[in-house]
Amino acid sequence: MSTYDRSMALTGQPPKQLSRNQKIATLIGFFGLTVILLAAFNVNLPNKALWLSISLGAITAGTVWFAWDMYANKEPGIKNDGVWFKSISSKGFWGWMAGIALTSFYIILYFYPEYLGLVAKGDNKGVIGLFDPLSRALSGNPASQWFVYGTLYTVAILAFGIKFLWKYRHNRYERIRTISVMFFQTAFAFIIPEVMARLNGSSVLNGGSLPYYDLKNMWPLNYYNFEGYRIKSFLSSGDIGFALLIFGIATIFIISPILTFKFGKRWYCSWVCGCGGLAETAGDSFRQLSDKTVKAWNIERWVVHSVVVFVTLMTTAVIYSYLGNDTSKYWLTKSTFLISVAVLLTTVFALVMIFKREQLQKDAKYGAIGYFVIIMALIGMHFLSGDGNVFLFKSETLRKSYSFLIGSIFSGVIGTGFYPILGNRVWCRFGCPMAAILGFQQRLFSKFRITTNGGQCISCGNCSTYCEMGIDVRAYAQKGENIVRSSCVGCGICSAVCPRGVLKLENGPLKGRIDSNQVLLGNDVDLMNLVNQK
Amino acid sequence: MENIIIIGNGIAGVSAARHIRKLSDKRIIIVSAETDYFFSRTALMYVYMGHMKFEHIQPYENWFWEKNRIELVRAFVNSVDTENKQLLLDGSRALKYDKLIIATGSKPNKFGWPGQDLHGVQGLYSKQDLDLLEVNAPNKEVCKRAVIVGGGLIGIELAEMLRSRDIPVTFLVREDSFWNGVLPNGESQLINEHIKEHHIDLRLATNLKEIVGDENGKVKSVIIQETGEELACDMVGLTAGVTPNIDFLKDSDIELGRGVKVNRHLETNVKDVYAIGDCAEQHEAIGNRRPIEAVWYTGRMMGETVAQTICGNKLEYKPGHWFNSAKFLDVEYQTYGWVFGARGKQDYEEQFHWRHDTEKVCVTISFHKDTNLFLGINTFGIRMRHEIFDRWLTAERDVDYVMEHLIDANFDPEFYRNYENQIVSKFNADFGKSVKTKKKSIKRIFQFS
Repeated sequence: MSTYDRSMALTGQPPKQLSRNQKIATLIGFFGLTVILLAAFNVNLPNKALWLSISLGAITAGTVWFAWDMYANKEPGIKNDGVWFKSISSKGFWGWMAGIALTSFYIILYFYPEYLGLVAKGDNKGVIGLFDPLSRALSGNPASQWFVYGTLYTVAILAFGIKFLWKYRHNRYERIRTISVMFFQTAFAFIIPEVMARLNGSSVLNGGSLPYYDLKNMWPLNYYNFEGYRIKSFLSSGDIGFALLIFGIATIFIISPILTFKFGKRWYCSWVCGCGGLAETAGDSFRQLSDKTVKAWNIERWVVHSVVVFVTLMTTAVIYSYLGNDTSKYWLTKSTFLISVAVLLTTVFALVMIFKREQLQKDAKYGAIGYFVIIMALIGMHFLSGDGNVFLFKSETLRKSYSFLIGSIFSGVIGTGFYPILGNRVWCRFGCPMAAILGFQQRLFSKFRITTNGGQCISCGNCSTYCEMGIDVRAYAQKGENIVRSSCVGCGICSAVCPRGVLKLENGPLKGRIDSNQVLLGNDVDLMNLVNQK
Repeated sequence: MENIIIIGNGIAGVSAARHIRKLSDKRIIIVSAETDYFFSRTALMYVYMGHMKFEHIQPYENWFWEKNRIELVRAFVNSVDTENKQLLLDGSRALKYDKLIIATGSKPNKFGWPGQDLHGVQGLYSKQDLDLLEVNAPNKEVCKRAVIVGGGLIGIELAEMLRSRDIPVTFLVREDSFWNGVLPNGESQLINEHIKEHHIDLRLATNLKEIVGDENGKVKSVIIQETGEELACDMVGLTAGVTPNIDFLKDSDIELGRGVKVNRHLETNVKDVYAIGDCAEQHEAIGNRRPIEAVWYTGRMMGETVAQTICGNKLEYKPGHWFNSAKFLDVEYQTYGWVFGARGKQDYEEQFHWRHDTEKVCVTISFHKDTNLFLGINTFGIRMRHEIFDRWLTAERDVDYVMEHLIDANFDPEFYRNYENQIVSKFNADFGKSVKTKKKSIKRIFQFS
């Protein structure tokens, strides 16, 4: 039983109320949201550009002022006082309210954009109409529900990013990392693609038009990157289009393996990625809600790796569907493509099984073998059954189910909508195929680890509690083991909240990186040898 | 099957149980009156501060104990009958043992101050103390001022806890500077300043004369010895150190001093009875260590050692190089090897001190006057790599070597500012040396080529 919820009595509750400044700041922020809400109810605001600026300005100002009041007058240091007393950050009433509100927003956004005012032919109305002026200023086109979402997303990362910068102002790793995610969101996810749209039809692109492309968003997170319509548009846009297509392939097969080898998957997940960016800034108040049980870990491993298999099958099927059979027209045919996918997967599978099998747990081995056999069987069917459907299903069915189940429900509705209930990295932990692929590499082939500092750990549990990925960091630290986990996104908060200076994220030699021996220093050397005899 | 009973479910008792299970199939029973499950005592403060819930400070999930066949009994041990090899639980039941491990930890010191047992006066050690604090000081309306008596690690933690709920705190410290029995002067001074930055009313060289109660037997104020000043308060925290929690053994045949007397094998004078952790007292101190060590990791190490002995591999308790760490409000402290405070400073000991101009960062390095042998380091606001200092202490490096390679030992997070060059140039100036700092070398740190 926890100690604080005992005090129902006259003795009173620990302080958790808002200060006067925080109340005013909340009011200002909600005023900004109300403007958007009014627009949603088709209140015709006279000067859209002005009202949009007022609304976004108020949201930002409210958040920043709130953060300022919370942190500015305190000494630099860890600011987790009262986290578990506040209902918003401890799955209390306000946590559930926020969860329901966010979830509803995502359902409307993905499935009922017309309620936001999207009009297919003619002028947008409602919320989307409110954002038209900004969209026209950037890309020259009217806004869509995705533009509205992208703008709010960027505002959230920037405003809560400032909050995060104040909260962790004593920690340079956190500051630099946060500036990085703020930059990548604003420039790469928001401004560059919009401006790129202005090039469409111009002579630079040979009159072609590029698909909407957030350059840092690589396959398989960007699961639609190699769909037929995008490939057509890349190929129609001259050298630049072709270069972007090559870049898209290189990001996953060349650039990301190199960077992940050198720095671990953190270079992407907590420094560059937009999903990670939102989780680290707007989601920071919910990081302690992730489930740390062994049971949750087992579910996580099966679910996230199943998503990888799903996205691989889906993408293979989609590419397969638009390739031809005639080698004289284009070298890449249905058969050559399937054979190369099979060769690639077999190579990865064989290399891991030969060189790294002792690092896989038993169920991981079975899972890997099972999935490998399934994929190969499905690929084999193409050759046995002639030119039918690859993978039993129509590629379009696979694509639509993936886009609905994973792209919308998992990454959006659950992934972000459930921040206040399941923690801020639900999507990254249970659903993101990109995180799983990078994590697989991080676990087996990377220099990154979290080093445990000898025998200094006191098992306090701050590291585990504040791990947004639900890693039981303490379980390793108290045994003196390095933490080398595929799910670790390298946010560095475990190291920050540690009161004894036990944890350090670092890149070092491969040898001795994973050492399950207990190396608790300060102990008798003979005893340690005995303890490590299994 | 041999029946092992462990009294106390703290880090020492639980480490012993875990390692006995690893080594054997013996029956293991842990008896505790405090809580159902093991928790991290050092983390109690974070529960009051709202950083964690109580369940978060339990290092193992609840199924762990059954899975590892470690039986947990919630009961208070009244006495130990070594002749019949049994314990009396809750004044009624008897529990037989074949081997007994006493790991009952400590209890807060009370020095006979008038009023020390009034309502609203408490120590901070157990889960019960934490629950009591929620009653005595739930917020600043119920507790308009708290007075803390005793300037050690628990005292400053209690002050931090109360300040997290905006409760005004007066902190009475007997010494003329915070914890200067342990810390050298410069460091102690830095912490004095930091305590005041957190708006804690720090009273140095101040003793408690008495605690005054109201007509209901609840604390009303304290009176200060030196000035006779009376301070109104609603809660008094007694944090003047701890003492072994062994009252239940007074009538047994087990030899007691301040703690349970043990030899280097952690055996008591009675066969098949062992004592580990905070409650164990060595007949003779080991090196510079104290005979009673109330430190988290020594409890763990004693548990590991006694497990070996009980499982047939008789082993001496041999702690390695001294180290420790703590956090004073926002300033982290680490120590490796021996650096003594002004009072305990050894004749052969020379100390080098560096402090940053503006930040709360400082370092004290201790070395041998004549031989230059590196003896130890204290750091505030800089994290150091345990493994490196352990290696240097074992290799008996001299202070110049340590200075030259100081950057290798840095354990701060990436991108943190480094102070090694400033530190070494002050060292050179102070002692007329010309040590040049080397560049950080991954190869040296991880010892590969």
